[in-house]
Parts: sequence; C-alpha cells; structure tokens
Amino acid sequence: MAASLVELLDVSRSFGGTRALSRVGFAVRPGEVHCLAGENGCGKSTLIKIIAGVLSPDSGQIVLDGIAHARLTPAASQAAGIRIIYQDLSLFPNLTVAENICFHRHAGHAGRLVNARAARREAGAVMDRLGVSLPLDKTVGELPIASRQLVAICRTLATDARLVVMDEPTASLTHKEADALLASIRTLRAQGIATVLVSHRLDDMMRIGDRITVLRDGANAGSFAMAGMSRAHLAELITGQSPTAAIKARPAGGVPPVLEVRGLSRGGEYADISLAVRPGEILGLTGRLGSGRTELALTLFGMNRPDAGDILLDGRPVALDSCRAAIREGIGYVSEDRLSLGLVMPQSIAENAIVTVLDRLCGWFGLIEPRRRAATVAHWIGRLQLRTTTAERPVMELSGGNQQRVVLAKWLATRPRVLILDSPTVGIDVGARAGLYRIMDELAAEGLAILLISDEVEEVRQQAHRVLVMIGGRIKGEFAPAGVTDDQLREAVNA
Amino acid sequence: MRERLATLGRRHEGRLALLVLVCAGFFAAAAPGFRSPGNLMNLLESHAVLGILAAGLLVVLIAGGIDISCAAIAAVSQYVVALCLIRWGGNWGLALLLAVGFGSALGVVNAVLVHTLRAPPVIVTIATMTFYSSMLLFCTGGATLDELPDWFTLKLSILTVPLPVLIAGAALGMTAFMLHRLSLGRQIFALGGNPEAARRMGCNIAGLQCFVYGFSGAMAGLAGLVQAYRVEEAAPGAMAGRELDVLAAVVLGGASLTGGRGTVSGTVLGIVLLAMLRNGLTLMGVSSYAFGWVTGVVLLLSMAAASASQWRLRNGGRHAL
Repeated sequence: MAASLVELLDVSRSFGGTRALSRVGFAVRPGEVHCLAGENGCGKSTLIKIIAGVLSPDSGQIVLDGIAHARLTPAASQAAGIRIIYQDLSLFPNLTVAENICFHRHAGHAGRLVNARAARREAGAVMDRLGVSLPLDKTVGELPIASRQLVAICRTLATDARLVVMDEPTASLTHKEADALLASIRTLRAQGIATVLVSHRLDDMMRIGDRITVLRDGANAGSFAMAGMSRAHLAELITGQSPTAAIKARPAGGVPPVLEVRGLSRGGEYADISLAVRPGEILGLTGRLGSGRTELALTLFGMNRPDAGDILLDGRPVALDSCRAAIREGIGYVSEDRLSLGLVMPQSIAENAIVTVLDRLCGWFGLIEPRRRAATVAHWIGRLQLRTTTAERPVMELSGGNQQRVVLAKWLATRPRVLILDSPTVGIDVGARAGLYRIMDELAAEGLAILLISDEVEEVRQQAHRVLVMIGGRIKGEFAPAGVTDDQLREAVNA
Repeated sequence: MRERLATLGRRHEGRLALLVLVCAGFFAAAAPGFRSPGNLMNLLESHAVLGILAAGLLVVLIAGGIDISCAAIAAVSQYVVALCLIRWGGNWGLALLLAVGFGSALGVVNAVLVHTLRAPPVIVTIATMTFYSSMLLFCTGGATLDELPDWFTLKLSILTVPLPVLIAGAALGMTAFMLHRLSLGRQIFALGGNPEAARRMGCNIAGLQCFVYGFSGAMAGLAGLVQAYRVEEAAPGAMAGRELDVLAAVVLGGASLTGGRGTVSGTVLGIVLLAMLRNGLTLMGVSSYAFGWVTGVVLLLSMAAASASQWRLRNGGRHAL
C-alpha cells in the first residue's frame, strides 16, 4: 500500500462549545479519488479547512508526506501541492479563461510584464492535459457554470497540484455536465493527482470514488473501499438510519383534476403539452436541462405567456398573465435557484416567510399587525419543523435544507392549491432530503397538488405518483413508478 | 480571432467611437470654427485636467472602489504646491514631485480608512472630500494665490501641442500600460472582479488598495498642478464639483461602478465626447446652461444602450422571480 499523501490522525476541533470534529482520522493516498460524505454540519468543511491550513486543530496530528505537523499554514498546504476548489469557485468573472487559469503568474509579481501569448499557450496546454476545450478568450462571466468548474480545475493544474479538493462540484450541474466533470476527475487520477470529492450525490460518488470516508456528527463513521458498496448501505452510513423508500401507489381516482393543461405551446421552448394534476397527487416531471421543463413551470406560474393552448383550474380556463395572477389563482412556485431567486438572504426567517402574504397580515390603515405576523410565522416554523432558536435569524445562516423549508413556508403561506417544486433538493444532504420528502407527502395527503420537477430520476420515481418525461419541449412518455426501474427511466430521459 | 472575441467592453468602445464621430461630423457642419486645428487643440487643452483626474478614478473604479475626493485632493495639493513654489522657488521637476507626492499621500489616507474601517469607499471618500475642501477654505480664508513664479506660468508646448495635453497623454498612456501590460494591472482587475478570490489567490489586498487610492491621489495632485498652470493661479474653490464630471466621463467610457471593468481608451472617448459637446454647443451659440442637460441625456442614452446590449448578450436571460 502506498504511503499517504496527507493523513489526519485523531484530529479534534471545537468552535465555542460545540465540537465540530472529534478524533477524526482521514487519509488520502497519492492518485486516488477519495470521497468525503456526510450530512450538512457533520464537519466536512472544518476538515477541508484543516487540510488547507486555514484552521488549526485543537489536538491531533496532520501527516504531510510522512512528516507530522500539529497544524498547517495555508502556505505549507499549498507548497505541498494541495489545492482547494471552494463551492463558489473563486474565479474572476471579468477576466478571460486564459487569464483565470494562469493567474498564478500575477499574484505577488506586481511589476512583471503581462505575456498574454505565453499565458494562452500555458492555459491551452493545461486544457489538453485535462482533455477539455474551453474558449480561451471569453470572459469567465459569460460561461455556463459547468464550464466555470472546468476552469477552476484547470487553474489548479496550472500550478503543481498533487491533491485537488472539490467541495460539491456537481451540486449545480445537470447529469450530462456532471458526467463531464467526473470524466475530468478520472483524467486527474490517470495523471497521479489525488482528488477529494465532497458531495451529496451518492451516484456520483459511487461511480468515481476509490474510497469513501463518512463523517457523522463530527466523528468518523468509517472509511471504506467503494467497490462493493451499495447505494442503500451508503445512505444508511451517512444518515445512520435505514432508508424507508417505498414506491407510492396512485391515489384513488375519481377526483377531478385541479390543474389541467391542454395543448400548451410556446415557440422554441415547449410544444403541445397536455397534463393534469389531481388534488393530493404528486406529479413528477423529469427531463434534461433545456428540455423545457423549467420554461413550462414558468408559464404555469404566469411568468411567460404561452403561444397556444389552455390552462384550466378546476375545469375553468384561466389567463395567467402575471405571477400575481397565478398566486391569486392558488399556484405557488419554488424556483430552481432558491438562493438567488427565492430568498432575501440577509433578512430573517420571519421576513422571508411572510413576504408573499403581507396584505393578509395588515390590519387598520394597512399596517402589519405584529400578532398576526407572529402567529403566521410560528405556525409555519412548527409545521415545517424548522430547527431554529428564533424566527429573527438571517436566512443566510441556515443550512440548505432549512433554507428550502423557509422558501416552502413562504409559498405555503399563500395557501396554494397547486405547488410547483423545481429541483427542490439540489444541494441538500440526504437527511434533509428525507425531511423535505416527508413534508411533501404530508402536504399531498392534505389535498395539495404538487408538480415535482427534477433531473434526478430516482427522486421522481420514489416521490411521485406518476412520472412524465420531457424531451426537447415535448412530453414523451408517462410512467407509473412501480412499473419502471431507475435505469429504464434514465434511458427514457436520455433517449 | 480577435474580432470574434470582442468583449463587451470593446463593443461599448466601438459604439462610443461611432458616437464621437457622429458628433464630430455634426459640429463640423453646424458649428462655425469647430473644425479649425486651433479649436480642436483648445478643446483638448481645456479638458486635460479632467483627463488626468479620470485616469486615477478609472483605476480605483476597476479595483471595485470609488474616489469622490479626487477633485478635493487636487485642490488641496494645488494650493500646497503653489504655496511652496511661491515661498521657496523651484523648478518643474520639484513641482511635479511635490504635487504627485502630496496627492498620493492624501490618497493613501483614503485607502487606509477604507481598509481599516471596512466602510463603503463612497462614504469614506465623501467624508474626506468634505474634510479636505472645507479645511482648505478654513485655513486659507478663501484667498487665491496668483503670484506664481514666472517660470511656472510660461506657456510651453511641443509641436504646437500644449503642455497640459502632453501631461494628460502621458498620464493616460502610463495608466493604460499599467492596467493592461503589468501584472499589477491584472491584479487590480482581479480585485474588482472577485475580491475574495483575489485574496485566496495570494494578492496583497491592502497593498493593492493603497496603490489604487494612492494612484488616484497622485493623478489628482498632477491635475491640480496642471490646473494652476493653465489659469495661472491657485484658488481654494477651483476644482469644486469636478469629481462628478470625472465620474460621468469615466462611466460614459464603459467603466463599471461595481468594479472589474473599464479601459483607458473608453475613458479617453468619454472625455472627448463631453469636450466636443461643450465646445460645439458653445460655438453654436447655445446657452451654456444647455450643456448640463445635454450631458445628462447622453449619459442616460449611453447607459441604456449598454444595458440593452448586455441583455441581448445573455440571450433574454433568466427570468427573475
């Protein structure tokens, strides 16, 4: 067995009174792909920061190339070839791809002349090594997020990286883009560069990982070889609970649909869409990015007018020409990008939760009644089991799972009859997902009709009563979850 | 290759250059005397001070900051340098050194305040602007210095190009070289584009901020000196209100107030456009009050065009909720 490139021995670290890491061991061998998994708050980011030299452990040792240290400095970590790609990627949106990849030429060399040609040549060579092709002279701000990921990886290769730590690189990518990213991790491995992959996506980790370390509440749940690991076993290791995944049976028929769409089309986005959702039903809608699913959702929420077709609520045709009209008709929409579009991050949980229903909380003279406001907020915090000490906490301090609950509260407060959830579990860990699924089930049981949009076929198959597959703007099939396997469904999506 | 990869900034400059040409054509036809070489040189000479100030402000804007105090710094250092020259005499080398040195010292004060207080630079530099300009009036009682040495007020030129234009050209050329050809410039762009990433990549943030505000201060000192040379006096209120003209010209030239974007060529075009409007309208006999609202309209139209093209570039963009 090869010696470890970096190894943590019995490392502990506390913040204030809380123990973030407790006697954790973690070893990365040269050239391996090592996955790091665990729920939010389990200590993954603390562990990464200790490897990066940004945080120092309270006790324990860090062994770097066989030499033990009590703590690392950022400089020592970088000198050893350790490169961290944070979730925000830390790229410069206003500089070109080549300038971003070769930025190491500039930092700390203020008086040096810029050699654009050499930088382009170097960036091109790095891209060849990774087997990717990116437009060298485009500014990074113009690139899609998937390409920016690749730029960030190229930048680590431009300096002598031996270990690249990636913090949830696939969280905001579609399956196809994630495949390309995983392929580039394989390329790194082939060149002897180790990768630590922090991820919530079990499938990604199972496909690419050589070994996996699972953290639970700041302690090791163990390190395992990935070969022979099953998805169910992995999920159990991460949550510490055995999964309860049962396929849903279709609810009793006979109820007329609450939302019905007939022959809906919009030029260049989707065509001839017909579907119906009944009260209490969760309708899954899956398809690749660009298949028109989000565009369809935006039309149902009144953001984009259709060119042709009808939208019926309770059998009555409605014109949804603004999102205000859609809200009035009882349609709620939780957007894909909840962070930038769904929440006002610096504002409190309470302010975010009531923003859709301010008019209903007003008493005399149009002033907000504090008592009604407090009652509404308390109701939804309890209803959605939001774990927080106070409703006045800024939303940006919450975990991804809890932020998603605040967005849900915001829309549920409008008392919708149809709720559209667009990729609700992107970037949320396994445990918090289970919580969201339970809330979804409870809401459906109370008679809410839910349209669940997701590109994870496992999610729609487990969570929906019926699944529609969208390809190129058209609905290409309807499936009963009990009648298909994940693989069959994935094939249908990629057909 | 290059035209295919034209960035948004270059497109903006292209449009601006077209606008400058259209304006030039219009005034050449409509304004008597506009075309004469003497008038064109006068047009440049009268806006040289603005150009020098703009070079400094451009660098601060690209770094993601802003310097409202540049005109106040120009006024203060102009007065201090004039005082020194009158009392102890000297030569051009000493005058330049004093102006640049004093201006950059005041600029570094801005940087230190911005960096240590972590306050928005617009607030910090409004505060220092108010402090500097009123302190100047307070200490001098508003008295103008007009007994400048003869060697200083002697009008110099090379090949009919007057000294202020030469100095402005040198300042802008040096700024362009620094921004686009030195690693320092790339770091300034990086700082404006993503400060946290710049820190993680090993840039010295405090040092860069000291440099950009110091540079803006140095340019302000230089501008103050050139202003004194042009009008042959140093008046405490000489530069009052000029900071907004400078800001308008730089933003018109395509610099972004959120940092990370801007070019010297765009800035030059912005200044030339404003200079032509003022000069042309005056020659046409339009009331001088008209210049203000025409400038406002041009600024708004330019911003509208820039944001429209950005919108198209994003292909309709994502629909915000």
